[in-house]
Amino acid sequence: MSAALLIVAAAFAVALGLGLRARAGRDMGLEQWTVGGRGFGTAFVFLLMAGEIYTTFTFLGGSGIAYGKGAPAYYILCYITLGYVTSYWLLPPVWRFAKERRLFTQPDFFAAKYESPALGMLVALVGLVALVPYMVLQFKGLGIIVSTASYGAISPTVAVWIGAAAVTAYVVVSGVHGSAWNAVLKDISILCVVVFLGIYLPLHYYGGYEAMFQAIEAQKPGFLALPALGQSPTWFASTTLLTALGAFMWPHTFGSLYTAKEPRSFRRNAAILPLYQLINLFVFVVGFAAVLQVPGLTGPDVDLALFKLSLQSFPPWFVGIIGATGVLTALVPGSMILIAGATLLANNIVRPLRPGMDDAATASLAKAFVPVMALVCVGFTLSGGDTIVQLLLMGYNFVTQLFPCFLASLMRRNPLDKRAAAAGIVAGVAMVAATTIGGFSLAHYPQLGPLRDVNIGVLALVLNLVVTALVAKLVQPSERVSRLASR
Amino acid sequence: MRHLRWLAVLPFLGMLVGPYFLNRVEPFILGLPFLLAWLVFCVLATSAIMALIYITDPQNRAPEEGR
Repeated sequence: MSAALLIVAAAFAVALGLGLRARAGRDMGLEQWTVGGRGFGTAFVFLLMAGEIYTTFTFLGGSGIAYGKGAPAYYILCYITLGYVTSYWLLPPVWRFAKERRLFTQPDFFAAKYESPALGMLVALVGLVALVPYMVLQFKGLGIIVSTASYGAISPTVAVWIGAAAVTAYVVVSGVHGSAWNAVLKDISILCVVVFLGIYLPLHYYGGYEAMFQAIEAQKPGFLALPALGQSPTWFASTTLLTALGAFMWPHTFGSLYTAKEPRSFRRNAAILPLYQLINLFVFVVGFAAVLQVPGLTGPDVDLALFKLSLQSFPPWFVGIIGATGVLTALVPGSMILIAGATLLANNIVRPLRPGMDDAATASLAKAFVPVMALVCVGFTLSGGDTIVQLLLMGYNFVTQLFPCFLASLMRRNPLDKRAAAAGIVAGVAMVAATTIGGFSLAHYPQLGPLRDVNIGVLALVLNLVVTALVAKLVQPSERVSRLASR
Repeated sequence: MRHLRWLAVLPFLGMLVGPYFLNRVEPFILGLPFLLAWLVFCVLATSAIMALIYITDPQNRAPEEGR
């Protein structure tokens, strides 16, 4: 057994142990299990919200985008920051409403605001369709990380099974408490690893940051700025804005805000989290350092940039530490996704159909759904296929479609009713699906000028707004009539 | 001090509009390509702005809010 393999195995064991212990004698009712009894202080809320930032996507994908595309990667830095700016005003009212009404999930919020369990079901379906590919991505990343860090001793398939079993076990036992304790471990280790790599690699291979970037500029002129066509400033602005609006529309992120003890946590975090996510800068630097050192990776292989460079730079024990960190970056978000997905299914899809179901029965059902959902995700991960990649591309644009009626519901007098909200969501989601599956792109229309680089998700959001407004207009007069008639 | 919250518009301007004008590799700032340096500056400024908004927001001084 190599040193690397031992360390990766230890990471699995520690994550599982910490996750199981997190229960700490609590009685895991629905409220403890899914929202931690609404008793988490600023530090835990901070880590759960930051959990969204450091997933395997950032760890492998962030360096992969920097390696493969260059400057377009910068959008990651920006969308997260802007998401946190909006969180200062958006999250406290949501938290207050959720506490008052004892809400557990994101669809609960929509169902309560619009007084429509059916709308809750629609939101739950959109959330699930977006969550499953997100989970598959975490498992895929886990497989890559473990097989690379163990120098091939553990195959990706075995790694995915072990990871799924560990995360399922501690999620069923400890719920969101397990995620919180593992998030502490994950954030400490990723902080150390990424900052070290981001400082050491440029110094070691190039002698410094400026020397590294100059070498890249000499080899690939313009790689470090946005191209004039394609991923141009217009693409950058539209993508950043769309993703920022969607950042808190993910069911697991939305659900994690219910765990807070007091809304001041969100406002404080809005100032600290932008600074904290600056660590992504070091992730990019690792990707850039790999550009000239391990050239030739293309397609999905760009995500291996960080590991390929680490393998040729470090002894096995250190590769093991990077691997262990990678395991945690998959397990923590994975556990939050499983909790959110299982609660969505139990609380927002099954419960409205079975009147009289209480919290205890919902909690048991949610826990029973955890292994089911994990198995479905493992199935998708191992069977691969293009569908899942397309679903993932759609995920962010799907959840962003919830934003307009979410924002409207926070207004003092909501101008929309449930029909307008549902129509908008359906129209937006259908548009995202149609354009992604059909491979439609504005780039085919050069007469649009710079507008052809607009992220296609904007088109769906515009359609969503138009349909919402139209239905709201159509519905209102008839209501006024019926209200008059009932006088 | 409520008007201070309008400062929160600046991060959006800096990150969404800024790249149209500052999309350059050179000059390098603190070793970073120009556009990246600008965006990093925007992130730092965002943090400072949100801290300022937090400190001056009377809502955050009320004890035991929301319980």
